[in-house]
Amino acid sequence: MDLYQEEILDHYRHPHHHGTLPDADIVRTERNSSCGDELTFYLKFANEKIADISFEGQGCAISQAAASMLTDELVGKSKKDIAKLQKDDVLKLLGTVSLTPTRLQCALLPLQAVTNAVVRPKREL
Amino acid sequence: MNHQRLQERVRADFPFLKLGVAFLDNASTTQKPRRVVEAIVRYYEEYCSNIHRGLYAWSERATEECEQVRALIAQFLGAAAPEEIIFTSGATQSLNMAARMVAQFLSAGDEVVLTVAEHHSNLIPWQLIAKEKKLHLRFLELNDEWTITPEQFKKIITPKTKVLAMAHISNASGIILPVRTLAQLAHEHHITVIVDAAQSVPHLPVNVAALGADMLAFSGHKLYGPTGIGVLYGKRELLEHCEPVVGGGNMIDEVERMSATWAPLPAKFEAGTPPIAGIIGLGAALEYVAEIGGMAMIAAAEEELTQYARRAFADCSGVTLYAPKRPEYHAGIFSFIVDGVHPHDVAGMLDQDGVCVRAGHHCAQPLMKFWNLPATTRASLSFYNTPEDIDRLIAGIRKAQKLFA
Repeated sequence: MDLYQEEILDHYRHPHHHGTLPDADIVRTERNSSCGDELTFYLKFANEKIADISFEGQGCAISQAAASMLTDELVGKSKKDIAKLQKDDVLKLLGTVSLTPTRLQCALLPLQAVTNAVVRPKREL
Repeated sequence: MNHQRLQERVRADFPFLKLGVAFLDNASTTQKPRRVVEAIVRYYEEYCSNIHRGLYAWSERATEECEQVRALIAQFLGAAAPEEIIFTSGATQSLNMAARMVAQFLSAGDEVVLTVAEHHSNLIPWQLIAKEKKLHLRFLELNDEWTITPEQFKKIITPKTKVLAMAHISNASGIILPVRTLAQLAHEHHITVIVDAAQSVPHLPVNVAALGADMLAFSGHKLYGPTGIGVLYGKRELLEHCEPVVGGGNMIDEVERMSATWAPLPAKFEAGTPPIAGIIGLGAALEYVAEIGGMAMIAAAEEELTQYARRAFADCSGVTLYAPKRPEYHAGIFSFIVDGVHPHDVAGMLDQDGVCVRAGHHCAQPLMKFWNLPATTRASLSFYNTPEDIDRLIAGIRKAQKLFA
């Protein structure tokens, strides 16, 4: 199956919610040391739900696309919702692409970032 | 055998070539000629037994074959005797053992010299031991020509320098390091030399005496043999003075409750049942290598292809090759960056076109940091690769550039 489907490439070339949020409540950076993929998520809450979200970073098409897709999903979600997210939720967003264990790590980096952001929040850049 | 004849033999002998895959990840592992697979199957189907212990024909046959392979390896490496060849589970185990064995003669404050281009298997063991025994690790840097001069080594040597542990060929870059020159200097200062030959033994003729190695390690699966088998070569005098680092059966003579005496070399360093099928497979691989003209033949074929690949990369705009400028320092490993395309995406793209390469830090993070890169894409060749494989690699890179950059 073609890994680089149009939707993934689209999110990679034109990522949604890309950039910083200067008044973010939580900022979290996550790195994959084996390849240098790095993602920073900015979360802003209102009434316990995500009012605004953005991300920045560098990395492969899979990690960037997954990050972009995830930000679409997370608007309006609560911290509890985020903490409940599983790996299959991310894979569903990417479409049923078969990922090798290595690329799976790329796809899950954004999930790791947002989960850690709400579970272990501290402002870090 | 000329190169044409070699390619014909290779097409007949390597089953994987029928699958249409351009396998360019040979620094990671190599493909096997059919006879290696057949030798392993034959052992398991016709005389499967343990060695050194049995008193029946099958066991005697297996034992004799393993000792013949040991003698073959001794000859292959130019070792003085088969007793200097120790079977291990692979180069990583060999390098861990070598470090632990040599460390028996080191004390707090002693210095161990490594290079910035080491594979983690020749670095982490020393980090562990340095912490335990309070040793100092020092690193030889690559100079502007991406080599290391004796002058650089001289500057780093102190009265406390006891070990030089270095790669012969850097797995992440293909740089052929000047082991012989540095070993010569090391021996003038009574420094023990340990060589990580995992990338060199499968691609160049390696003679331990000429190289100046006191110990040397390589893996079977990178030498067209099976996984799970490797070799640690050690000079006899050195091995005689070392205590075992792994204990168990086979390496003992008399065993009391509180103590034991050791078996002679090489058994002293081979505890437990060895990877018997692995040894037999490795033997078959070496026989194959000899049949096609030996390492000299393989080196010549790879040299031609390496030059072809260097030219192809030079013609590729938007691609940076992290290799020495001087061709004589460069073995068939190509670490590169495609501008604007992540190494994972380059590799993913190539995979879709049946080209196998690797992306990441290649277990050489210090070298990546030296280059200021988190990762590269790496293509590495062997004698069964062809110019068409390189063409497919370049075509895949161009495709990735179009799609991502």
